[in-house]
Amino acid sequence: MTGTAAEIVFDNVSKRYPGRSSPALDGLSLTIPAGTFCVLVGPSGGGKTTALKLINRLISLDEGDIRIDGTSILDLSPVALRRGIGYVIQQIGLFPHHTVGENIGTVPKLLGWPAARIRERTEELLTIVGLDRADATRYPQELSGGQRQRVGLARALAADPPLLLMDEPFGALDPITRARQQDEIRRLHREVGKTIVFVTHDIDEAIQLGDRIAILGEGGRLAQYDTPDAILADPADPFVAAFIGEDRALRRLALRRLGDVPLLPFAGGGPSVGSALTVRNAVSLLLEGGFDRLTVTGDAGTPIGTITLAHATSLLQS
Amino acid sequence: MSHASPPVIPHFGTASDCVLANRPFCSDWVRAHWQDTLGPALVQHVELTAIAVAIGFILAGGLALFAHRIRRAEQPIGVVATLVYTIPSLALFQILVPFTGITTTTVEIALVGYSLVVLYPNMAAGLNHAPADVVEAARGMGLTERQILLRIELPLAVPAVLSGLRLAVVSTISIATIAAFLMPRGLGYPIFVALRDPAPFKTEIYAAGGLAVALALVCDTALVVASRALVPWTRKGLAA
Amino acid sequence: MIAVLFDQFQPGTFIDALRFIGDNPGFLGQKALEQIELAGAALLIALVVAGPLGVILGHFHRGAGLAIGTSIVGRALPSLVLIAVFLTVLGIGFVNNMVALAVLATGPVLTNAYSAVDGVDRGVVEAARGMGLSRWQIITRVELPLAAPLLFAGIRIAAVTVVATAPIAAVAGGGGLGDVIVNQASYRLSGVVGASLCVMALSAGVWIALSSLEKVSAPGGVGSVRVRRNHHKELK
Repeated sequence: MTGTAAEIVFDNVSKRYPGRSSPALDGLSLTIPAGTFCVLVGPSGGGKTTALKLINRLISLDEGDIRIDGTSILDLSPVALRRGIGYVIQQIGLFPHHTVGENIGTVPKLLGWPAARIRERTEELLTIVGLDRADATRYPQELSGGQRQRVGLARALAADPPLLLMDEPFGALDPITRARQQDEIRRLHREVGKTIVFVTHDIDEAIQLGDRIAILGEGGRLAQYDTPDAILADPADPFVAAFIGEDRALRRLALRRLGDVPLLPFAGGGPSVGSALTVRNAVSLLLEGGFDRLTVTGDAGTPIGTITLAHATSLLQS
Repeated sequence: MSHASPPVIPHFGTASDCVLANRPFCSDWVRAHWQDTLGPALVQHVELTAIAVAIGFILAGGLALFAHRIRRAEQPIGVVATLVYTIPSLALFQILVPFTGITTTTVEIALVGYSLVVLYPNMAAGLNHAPADVVEAARGMGLTERQILLRIELPLAVPAVLSGLRLAVVSTISIATIAAFLMPRGLGYPIFVALRDPAPFKTEIYAAGGLAVALALVCDTALVVASRALVPWTRKGLAA
Repeated sequence: MIAVLFDQFQPGTFIDALRFIGDNPGFLGQKALEQIELAGAALLIALVVAGPLGVILGHFHRGAGLAIGTSIVGRALPSLVLIAVFLTVLGIGFVNNMVALAVLATGPVLTNAYSAVDGVDRGVVEAARGMGLSRWQIITRVELPLAAPLLFAGIRIAAVTVVATAPIAAVAGGGGLGDVIVNQASYRLSGVVGASLCVMALSAGVWIALSSLEKVSAPGGVGSVRVRRNHHKELK
């Protein structure tokens, strides 16, 4: 099942920990289509990490079933299952006594790849995650936090698994490194097209990264599962509305770029802005300058349309 | 303590002025008695220590693996190890005599006991030394429990095991001098003999004592050098 | 093989040894007191000399090399060698043994005092300095209480070391239960084993007494150390 992306189905999954009054997960049913970047988000205690670790059986299933491409995870041995799934955690967990290259080659070696192929794959991955080939011989202690996270990602991708599980991978990074890594994981997802299940407690990160977002509430209840745009446009209940914040309209506009939305016909007047600008930032400029309109220009600098506050408002209705 | 003591060696026989005056250090005596006293005592001392540490290492390793597997056993074994370590060496040697007589076996049992209880806590701690996130990552990647032990936990335990080994070697060398109270073996014996004289012969004490200290320091240094070669990942940055 | 190992087994010796203890409680008690006197004096010297030195070095985060070096050299010095060497310098009797044992006790006291104070959370010390505590107040009110568990552990190790080593001092006129152990000619094997049992009981008693004293006196400190150790939860 390597190479392509995998579909994951949670079928009425429940999990209770001994000595806790409320369940960690309560009858979770969720289908993650192949190739989706799915973000599990919610407050702590929402069972999102539990849901993630159930997939690779680091936590055992109480009730229900999880299927990857139609095969129940219970039909595979945990070890075989895990070797086919990439796994990235916040603390990264690089093996301190192995070099970067050895760390990346861990699963291929377990799978019995020939040494030459492992070396080739390692070099390829170092390039993909933006590290230098010479880094292969260094030890993890010699790297910065961001570099270690890249090695962790490369290690998870090593055997080209169809599914990648990421447990708050950027939680320990500084904001600038974090933003860069977020951009890169998006790019990587576009390039390699794997299914990614990503856990975070940060709704901003979820909106920015996810094709689909599953919001898990207290007691392991699935509050809403949809695209970021749909969740922002129409929160399912007060809990979701509170969780995504009062500025959800602006967040929604931040998801779209001027070049991607229908604009008013070019009518002249107002300052010019590029089509790569988000609608949210265009609204901000309109408010800041007290302009009644902005002219949107395309790649060559030619005007392609006009945006006004009223038009931005109408975009929220679509 | 009359058992096993040979006739008093006439150290002052045809001796130099230095020896007759019992000056602090007579190198002529050291040269003259290297062959019959100091050399053999040094060799015996190395033997006593090597055997004790080797057996202690194997037993402690087995116990540590057992305790790693069965976590409930960890604390009781640790408590027993601590209690054994508080037993005074002189007393332990004597208490073993009714079991195994005045033999090298008696000496080795005691020395193995001490090296075992020094090595065990370090080995047990070393096996638990692998950070939880590293073990989780390994498990998440599909390493079996056996592979986690062999490829992750054991290599990461090496620094702690080596520091335990240093302690064990140095303390066994020290305690092995007490074997002289039981039988004429090791570097403690020349000292023991000298102390029985109303005017203890200083050169013998300093030479044998110096050899014991030097042996300990040399072994310790050798192990430090070996550990640098064995754990390259700790050389830079983070200490393991 | 076991049979060969124990072919010299004389179970009767232990019965005789216990009888020896039962027959001579006063004599053994007096010898034990001698041993405690010697050990106590040596420990006191080590505490007075090495304790403050370790605390001061730890406070200034200086002299790690000295503290660690002392512990390495201290372990490499066999007790018998120390006792014999001090006998040649100071002559036979109480003083040479006391000094030798004091040197033995110095290692654990100095090392633990240093690392205990050196290891106090620097944020706490900085906060104390920020609140206007003087250097002396920082040492006595912040560093010493926080360092107490490790300090006491060092004292306990030193105490057991000197009590356990004191019998060896008998070869250098140190008196105590060691007198019996090294004099098989007079006391026979039963006496030697009996005295050895007393020595074992004595050092185990010191260990247990000091351990329980630590638990009673510093429950908070000990507790907080334990919490920190279990910080990383194991995932199974």
